Amino acid sequence: MEASKVIHAIYNDDDVLMNAVKKVKAAKHQIEEIYTPFPVHGLDKAMGLAPTRLAICAFLYGCVGLTVAVLMMNFIMIEDWPQDIGGKPSFSYLENMPAFVPIMFELTVFFAAHLMVITFYLRSKMWPFKKAENPDPRTTDDHFLMELPIHNNEVELQSLLSQTGAVEINVVDKAH
Amino acid sequence: MYTLSNRLKLVSLILIIVGAGLWGTGYYSSHHVTLDNVKTMLAEEASHGSHGDSHATITDTHEVEAHVNTDAHGEEASHAEADAHHGDEHAEHVMHQIHNRPYSALYVAAFFFMMIALGALAFYAIQFAAQAGWSPLLFRVMEGITYYVLPGALIVVAIAVWAGDHIFIWMDPEMVNPESDKFDKLVAGKSAWLNTTGFVIRALVFIGGWSLYRFFARKFSLAQDQAPEGDRSNFKKSFRIAAAFLVFFIYTESMMSWDWIMSVDPHWFSTLFGWYVFAGMMVCAVTVMAMITIYLKSKGLLQQVNDSHIHDLAKFMFGFSIFWTYLWFSQFMLIWYSNIPEEVTYFVTRIEDYNLPFFGMIAMNFLFPLLLLMNSDYKRIPWFVIMAGVVILAGHYIDIFNMIMPATVGDRWFIGMPEIGAILLFAGLFMFIVFYAISKQPLIAKGNPFIKESEHFHY
Repeated sequence: MEASKVIHAIYNDDDVLMNAVKKVKAAKHQIEEIYTPFPVHGLDKAMGLAPTRLAICAFLYGCVGLTVAVLMMNFIMIEDWPQDIGGKPSFSYLENMPAFVPIMFELTVFFAAHLMVITFYLRSKMWPFKKAENPDPRTTDDHFLMELPIHNNEVELQSLLSQTGAVEINVVDKAH
Repeated sequence: MYTLSNRLKLVSLILIIVGAGLWGTGYYSSHHVTLDNVKTMLAEEASHGSHGDSHATITDTHEVEAHVNTDAHGEEASHAEADAHHGDEHAEHVMHQIHNRPYSALYVAAFFFMMIALGALAFYAIQFAAQAGWSPLLFRVMEGITYYVLPGALIVVAIAVWAGDHIFIWMDPEMVNPESDKFDKLVAGKSAWLNTTGFVIRALVFIGGWSLYRFFARKFSLAQDQAPEGDRSNFKKSFRIAAAFLVFFIYTESMMSWDWIMSVDPHWFSTLFGWYVFAGMMVCAVTVMAMITIYLKSKGLLQQVNDSHIHDLAKFMFGFSIFWTYLWFSQFMLIWYSNIPEEVTYFVTRIEDYNLPFFGMIAMNFLFPLLLLMNSDYKRIPWFVIMAGVVILAGHYIDIFNMIMPATVGDRWFIGMPEIGAILLFAGLFMFIVFYAISKQPLIAKGNPFIKESEHFHY
């Protein structure tokens, strides 16, 4: 169950943030979300996030693209209407394969790239006209924000976060 | 500091002796083949039902060559007549192919190991010119491999000159003599470039340039270790000569590939050949670097090398494998597509007579590394990199084999005693020389300004 009250700790340096994350993890507190203006190297590891499987998706999409290319050209050029075009051997797919490789390659890349990007958009819930989920506009410029849920431990969390060098600590009621 | 162990010395000595023995046996037995032996052999092959097919291919390919002169290809009657007429000529042709085999086997293996060292030299220069931060920990390994450039390249040229027209038919003076019946107009037309004197002079210029760079790069690298804190002058010199060498290298490498490989088929030419050979040598060089690094690390000698360095090397193996495939395919597809007779014979002989090695190497050099080294985790596992490396090296040996053999032995090829013997011989020599060079100096180039970055390299 999502806590209705959260605490926002704001930092103005990524090194301070990293140390804070490590401290909070060591104290076994749950981190709901971290907002940063730019990618902080190693943050995902410090937070203990699972590695992305997007690359595996891309590989599978590439396989799909290759299959589409092969089936399409095999049907069009070999099965449906095997014409003699400039003496190219259209008796079997293999015999004429070198001519198809550029398309096989491009479709593999096309499918892998585009479907992976779309997968990324879907998984990270991004689309045009989507309402921005930004708790504090300063996090897109020069501030870092760590959001922690409060489970009857507001005082404890506040003292812990104030030790980590937070420049601002706010308790926010998320319930609407 | 690495010390050359007695076991390694012994292993390389055994490889050299066994290899030389095998190759020598192959050389001896093939040189006792006379014209009469060949005639009996051909008659036997013709009478055997199972060999009928291969015999048919032989006459066919032979006919293609004869076709230019007789123009009797289409007509059955004259075809048979030409066949009878060419009986003796055919036997002589086959005898030459059998005689050529040990020379070519030696040449292929010598070139293969030379190109590993030469590729390592180019890769090393690129690291300096690009001021790479990840690789300085591996510089001493690279310098060790490049130590083989000078002896290896001299051996290749020595074999080329010694073998003469056994490998390079244009080295036969009869071919450019208009009075002779061996006279070849096309070869004569290229004789301004393709002549033995020019070949040797160019080879010495190439080898001289490469060795000069190698000598100074090593010197500055060692001097930088001894230099006082903050003195970067040797590193700056390394940077400058690396940049200059790379310009020199890309010209000479290209010309080297025309001279040492492409000229075995003096009727054929390809514009991207130099790049193609270059891509192959880079893959092999990076693979050998990764293997030696993993070996030294497994002995506890390169402790600062972490799995990110291995990952980077494996990434280069992966990338250059694909680059090689791209060039192989570009060359093949352009020629296959336009199908111009004077160009396409190159691939016709390879597909007909070398079907398995020709297409097998695509699997070994492309599919295998593509699927094995695509995963980021696998690139960090030493035994995985070694396994992929062994296949890549074998595949690129076959690549060189496919470049040389069809021109010299035609369909009389086999990977037997002379080939394996030559591989063992040069593998032993390469191992000994490279590890000797690695044992000469500390394994860490501690004076390099990027060494700290390299030690903390993390991907």
